[in-house]
Amino acid sequence: MSRESLLQARGLRVHRGGALVLDVPALDLRAGEVLALMGPNGAGKSTLLLTLAGLLPHSAGELRFQDGKLDSRTERNDFRRRMTMVFQDPLLFDVTVAENIASGLKLRGVPAAERHPQVVTWARRLGIGDLLNRSALHLSGGEAQRTALARAFVLRPEILFLDEPFSSLDAQAREELIGELGHILAETGTTAVISTHDQGKAVRLAHRLAVMQEGRIIQMGGLREVMNHPESPFVAAYVGMETLLKGQVVTCEGGLIALRLRGSRAPEIQALGEAQPGQTVLVGVRPEHVALSLQTDNSSSVRNAFPGAVTKVIPRGPFFKVELDCGFHLAAYVTAQSLSELDLQPGRQVVASFKATSVHLIRKEGLDSQL
Amino acid sequence: MDLIWEGLRKALELLLRMDPEVLRITLLSLQVSGLATLLSVLLGLGLAVLVALNEFPGKRLVIALMNTGMGLPPVVVGLFVTVLLWRNGPFGFLGILYTPAAIILAQCVIATPIIAGLGLAALQHLPPGLRLQILALGATRTQLVWLLLKEARLPLLAAVMAGFGGVISEVGASIMVGGNLKGSTRVLTTATVMETSRGNFDVAFALSFILLVLAFSVNALLTHLQQRSQRR
Repeated sequence: MSRESLLQARGLRVHRGGALVLDVPALDLRAGEVLALMGPNGAGKSTLLLTLAGLLPHSAGELRFQDGKLDSRTERNDFRRRMTMVFQDPLLFDVTVAENIASGLKLRGVPAAERHPQVVTWARRLGIGDLLNRSALHLSGGEAQRTALARAFVLRPEILFLDEPFSSLDAQAREELIGELGHILAETGTTAVISTHDQGKAVRLAHRLAVMQEGRIIQMGGLREVMNHPESPFVAAYVGMETLLKGQVVTCEGGLIALRLRGSRAPEIQALGEAQPGQTVLVGVRPEHVALSLQTDNSSSVRNAFPGAVTKVIPRGPFFKVELDCGFHLAAYVTAQSLSELDLQPGRQVVASFKATSVHLIRKEGLDSQL
Repeated sequence: MDLIWEGLRKALELLLRMDPEVLRITLLSLQVSGLATLLSVLLGLGLAVLVALNEFPGKRLVIALMNTGMGLPPVVVGLFVTVLLWRNGPFGFLGILYTPAAIILAQCVIATPIIAGLGLAALQHLPPGLRLQILALGATRTQLVWLLLKEARLPLLAAVMAGFGGVISEVGASIMVGGNLKGSTRVLTTATVMETSRGNFDVAFALSFILLVLAFSVNALLTHLQQRSQRR
């Protein structure tokens, strides 16, 4: 499906205090897509969002919205009335919830009579319909961020920028709001760019994912592609590929690699990919792709099965992360049910298995120095 | 103590029989300081907005100067304004020395840095992202400034009160540039100084009480506005 490019950036650079803080050679935002920017604090996510939103002038490069450039102040000012942005801090005004939701419409010159029904609609949509006359200063964190989202959606923005909109909320409010935001984005078909510093649920709203480091996009692609095929150890660690293994290729036939882990008594691991025998490669396994059982199941198509001992069990949201020593370090996610059925606790002997298709080749050779 | 009671009694008496001279002095004080405060609000808040919203080299120095200006001694201001407005001075052609206009000008010089300094602090105290949020909602530059001032209204009203308090109570500048001329530039503070030096303590106390009531009334009004907006 080819979709129209709504916002285009070419050679975008931003300098701050003489230092280059953003360097994005090319970025295309397609109409209707949700793009997530992910990376640690200081990676340049907010700078990129603000620059794309026309709120921060770029020092070099070109920004185009549909067919018009966004170079001059006037062009950026016009663009500001067609998009909007929600920040980590709700940044509400010291007036009522209703007046807050209406504020953008008011600034854009929408008459009061037209504002009211839209305000009510979006307040209800975000579950704050009965708070309309409440002062915005007396809201919980979740209610305040809902007000900020209603204030944004009521403008029917052509692009919605969200800068870590859930970071200041507690876990429960965050989960709820992410779910609702996902529904609203899907129903309205709003084009959105959302930044997040962790691989939490917010990322799941995205169609595409861009991982950032030191002002640059180091990998960008479809959500699954980036999650499953990180191109570097940094991205792998960042997208939650918790097990990274380095080994030497023994054989490679028909797209199936057998590799022996370095410095380990573990047997060979089967992975999907192309490499030369003798090459050193780095492979990764996502914890949700590792299954645990009490004995080896010979009938399945699973190529990799290793006996090992549980070393640690850590609660992770609805799951538990189980760390294992199989002669190499391995992490697996299990449900609470599996945890009790298998009686998983440190010292417990289990068999960890994962398909060859779950082992992703991250990098070949030349990686010794970088690990 | 007797002197104070006598002053209070005298003040009531002067007020109750609507002494024309006292009434004129009181009204002039209110007019001069009110107008000076109003002009200072325009100038001071304008300056505060400019400094708050723009990045420029030497910004820290400008802020330091504004803060220093908050403590300008009225007599020093009076001296400078007198010299500038003196017949042979650079602004002598205006011919406003020893008129209420000169007092307004001098009081403006006193109140503007107070309102600018406190106003800037009020604007800088707003959440740092608020400016970007307002722009992201589609505000023009004018709308942005108006919304920021509205958000900072409580501390801004405090700045206005401080500015008014500074000028209604000063005597040094008023006496130097106004000359305490009867029926023309005599205000409550200069009249109080004069009556005290003449030994008319009862009148001096009466004028002081009127000054206090005046300052209290104006500030009570501003406080009412301030606190009303807080309760919303």
